Amino acid sequence: MISTDQSAEKLLERLRVAAQAVKEDIAFMEVCGTHTTSAFRCGLPTVMPPTVRLISGPGCPACVTSQGDIDRLIDLGSRQDVILCTYGDMLRVPGRRGNLETARTQGRRIEVVYSSMDALKRAVNEPDQQVVFAAVGFETTAPATAAAVCEAQRQNVRNFSVLASHKRIIPAMRALLTDDEIPSINGFLCPGHVSVIIGSEIYRPIVDEFHVSCVIGGFEPTQLISSLLCLTELVLNRQTALINQYREAVRPEGNPRALALLAEVFEPGDARWRGMGIIPESGLVLRNKYRHFDAVQRFELSEPDEHEPPGCICGKVISGAALPVQCKLFGRACTPISPIGPCMVSSEGTCSAWFKYGRSGHLNLTCTHANEPQEVQT
Amino acid sequence: MTQQTENNHAASQPRPTPARFSHIALAHGGGGQLTDVLLNQIVMPRLNNPALSQLLDSGMIPGGRFALTIDSYVVQPLFFPGGDIGRLAVSGTVNDLAVCGAHPQALALSMIMAEGLERKVLERVLDSVAATADEAGVRIITGDTKVVGHGQADGIYLTTAGIGELTGLPVPHPDHVAPGDVLIINGPIGDHGLTVMLAREMPEVESVLRSDVAPLHCLIERLRSVAEIMFMRDPTRGGLAGLAADLAARTGWRINLEENQIPVRPEAKHAADMLGLDPLEIANEGKVVVVVRPGEAAAVLEAMKRHPSGRDAKIIGSVTAEKDGICVLHTSIGGWRVLQKPYGEQLPRIC
Repeated sequence: MISTDQSAEKLLERLRVAAQAVKEDIAFMEVCGTHTTSAFRCGLPTVMPPTVRLISGPGCPACVTSQGDIDRLIDLGSRQDVILCTYGDMLRVPGRRGNLETARTQGRRIEVVYSSMDALKRAVNEPDQQVVFAAVGFETTAPATAAAVCEAQRQNVRNFSVLASHKRIIPAMRALLTDDEIPSINGFLCPGHVSVIIGSEIYRPIVDEFHVSCVIGGFEPTQLISSLLCLTELVLNRQTALINQYREAVRPEGNPRALALLAEVFEPGDARWRGMGIIPESGLVLRNKYRHFDAVQRFELSEPDEHEPPGCICGKVISGAALPVQCKLFGRACTPISPIGPCMVSSEGTCSAWFKYGRSGHLNLTCTHANEPQEVQT
Repeated sequence: MTQQTENNHAASQPRPTPARFSHIALAHGGGGQLTDVLLNQIVMPRLNNPALSQLLDSGMIPGGRFALTIDSYVVQPLFFPGGDIGRLAVSGTVNDLAVCGAHPQALALSMIMAEGLERKVLERVLDSVAATADEAGVRIITGDTKVVGHGQADGIYLTTAGIGELTGLPVPHPDHVAPGDVLIINGPIGDHGLTVMLAREMPEVESVLRSDVAPLHCLIERLRSVAEIMFMRDPTRGGLAGLAADLAARTGWRINLEENQIPVRPEAKHAADMLGLDPLEIANEGKVVVVVRPGEAAAVLEAMKRHPSGRDAKIIGSVTAEKDGICVLHTSIGGWRVLQKPYGEQLPRIC
């Protein structure tokens, strides 16, 4: 473990020295979208050693949600008899028939909430309306969904349901490690918030089986740099290890209460990820005793039709197989103001971070790494 | 850094596709990129004239003696720590005049009320309007009242128009800004927007944050007596990021901001983290950014600090000669990133 009680400058200098000593290009994947955004916000890509590359992984909830699930959500939000409560991030994610923001401009009741409990409150206050909570996110937000479902059960709230597309991060990391298309990486920067819930020990089988280091890190600049330093020193010493650099928040066993709540309401099930297909056991489905809160069942929704927006390579971006600038739509047809894929619109999306903080041509992240990338075709 | 930035700029700037819209969305009112789309696609093609096209906080009445401004207030909740819709309606309009170099002379007030609004709420709002107008030394000389049916408006909306007398000094304008100029702010950012957001979205959270809403014309007039202000604006919707990105785009010069120098209270940073927001993009109501020549920066900073509304003033950045029209934030770890105008939907009904 590396102390974060040092200045960012000092940590960066140590990172440069370690990277130079490695004598070859190295790449780490930051699994979490908040890490991506935090890194850009503190200008980390502009001060990283040129031989160290950060690859964004599948950690942005809106981005990993399959297009079919998004279409289904927007279709549900477009119904007159439904109040759809959603986190703000999903509002402008494009579907085949517009987005939730356009549905709202046409008079549909789409409410932005900060927690699942706000959605439940809405259902209690408006008993004549069907209130659906759009439950997206990883193990960070899933316990809150579980809590709302438990509370709805306790209060017997019959007009509340959830359209759940929660995801589990560990099966996705495993899938990445066995996918030939994904560039090989020298270690994972593991998500901070998710690990608060699932704990640090859960990564150990990945370290042992795949011989890849996992370092759990926080989001402040010094926490980010110290985690990267930690990963680089492991490469330098030819070690693989699991290291928790975020001990102030993450315990080995995670948060037992949240985990118990999750296990009470959800069970692992296969889930479809954008660009990565169906990953076994990577989703969370409502257990039988809570199935009556499932919006799919209540509204008899059919299996969604899977497709990708034409030309969009978000599926490749979220799995680290392509950089945003390799997409022919990036910054041209696809911008934060008129997004085509979710990575450009979510606040945690990789394309959004590249465009917003680098403004495309102004911050050329690609020229510091290897060769100039080519456009990727879908 | 400069080298890399400029080379890339020359290489290939992608041309974003302008967004067409069929209905108004909340984000069109956010003071961000989508508000620009609204102005450029709908308003300007129909109403454009030499005064409006300046897109300043006030319009100059032909003849050059007076400035006119108008603003509507739809904040929710009506009362929040540090202020309320009445104080906001007077301060916002007074400040829009002051940043254009006009001394506020008189205000007009229009109220749209929903049927069912409680009498005591209305009295409290108007008491606050009166008290703030007194504080600002300005009178409400005309007004209007309308009532709409229950549910057709949310409580009460206020609109204030203001007229101000130009003082004879040059009107601050982006065109006067030149490389070398220095940007100064009168205190910490984010307090107003975050206070309102917390009061609305997380009323159970206790915070010491208070809105900074206040009339600033006394401070501004004091500063203008010390040095010529090349440009100034209050970083309301869109926050400091919106102001700086806009100024860079309009002047064509690069604006550099120093993250370490931008004052943010720890509790504001904490609240922003909790709400997933960037303090740089959050609306302020008692802050002003002034741009002055480098030789006068020290005197202006000193004058600000001596005024009650500017005790925590800081020099936060400068204008440099790169002709790329972008705003670059130099971060606390020695890196940098581009600072853009926010998209616009983050904080509806904040003012």
